[in-house]
Amino acid sequence: MIEFLRRIFAGSPPSADTAKERLRLVLMTDHLALGPEIVEAMKRDLVDVISRHVEVDREHIEVTFERQDRVLALLANVPILSVNRPSPPPSDGSPPTRPRRKRARRKAAAPSAPAEAAAGT
Amino acid sequence: MSARKIVITSGKGGVGKTTTTVNLGAALATAGKRVILVDADIGLRNLDLVLGLEKRIVFDLVEVAEGRCQLRQALIRDKRFPALSLLPASQTRDKDAVTQEQFSALIDQAARVCDYVLIDSPAGIEGGFRNAIAGAAEAIVVTTPEVSAIRDADRVVGKLADRALPIRLIVNRLRPEMVHAGDMLCVDDVCEVLQVELLGIIPDDEEIIDTTNRGEPLVLDDSKRLGAIYRKIARRLEGEIVPFTSFNNGLRQGLFSRLFAGLKAG
Repeated sequence: MIEFLRRIFAGSPPSADTAKERLRLVLMTDHLALGPEIVEAMKRDLVDVISRHVEVDREHIEVTFERQDRVLALLANVPILSVNRPSPPPSDGSPPTRPRRKRARRKAAAPSAPAEAAAGT
Repeated sequence: MSARKIVITSGKGGVGKTTTTVNLGAALATAGKRVILVDADIGLRNLDLVLGLEKRIVFDLVEVAEGRCQLRQALIRDKRFPALSLLPASQTRDKDAVTQEQFSALIDQAARVCDYVLIDSPAGIEGGFRNAIAGAAEAIVVTTPEVSAIRDADRVVGKLADRALPIRLIVNRLRPEMVHAGDMLCVDDVCEVLQVELLGIIPDDEEIIDTTNRGEPLVLDDSKRLGAIYRKIARRLEGEIVPFTSFNNGLRQGLFSRLFAGLKAG
């Protein structure tokens, strides 16, 4: 009875509900513990898309998963070497993008040879 | 016709795999089925002890796999249930003493001389588990309504699904009064989280400790509460539609009804 009153007045949810919610989240993370080959493939595709616009450091890309609140987030840390597009942009007359360097970890001084990243692999 | 080959597994240890194997096997044997129980926990055998046949072991599964004896020499017939036999694990060898191929071959061999082969899997998802599921065509996952057991069960369900084994779930050690109070996950929640078809609900009952102490399957004694439950599960395995016993499953009260109930109780 004391437990019952405490629960009513404290307003804490029944622990079974908490258990269910915690399980739901942890299993979501477990299921998303993707195989390394899938993460690699995803990384490759991401980089290919980003590389169309800026030159990125392929060697130092980090892709991780993190639980934020109720959802699982994919965090990609993609160091940008140069905002010069590796290939000429499609001439659609779009305004040049502003060089934004959020999260960009600039490597050394000059971009070491604009290795054509998208080719080869 | 070949036997049904069913692995009983859980991921987490101590949730009741061996007890379930013994009592389900005994229930099937009582219903006239020829049953072979296989202890796949090489190095940590216990099925013999829970079944009460530990003194009668001569040969074990590893010796059969290595061709040092015949399967029928290693099988121990349970005198209380003439249709029930045990193939014990080795206690002195370790998990990699038998390969998956050897294990599968052994299960197939056993399946030729009975109606049901129940394989008691070791805990974990390593070699011993892989052996245990290698020879099976169906799986029963045992869990308790606790977060750790359910998470491990989920992992095992994934492994079994990879092998395309049909899976059914037994929720063990349910405490209806705790479910009623909202202090324990209800069976519906467990099934929803795991997305597996339900085969049975076994309430927590001290009977089981007493009968395990003696090495007597509950099913032997008609007065035991749990005996009837295992017999129902056996009937479901046979394809019969048997309604689940209501343990106030899923009964969850809102604040007002709870307050009202509290006032009445008070």
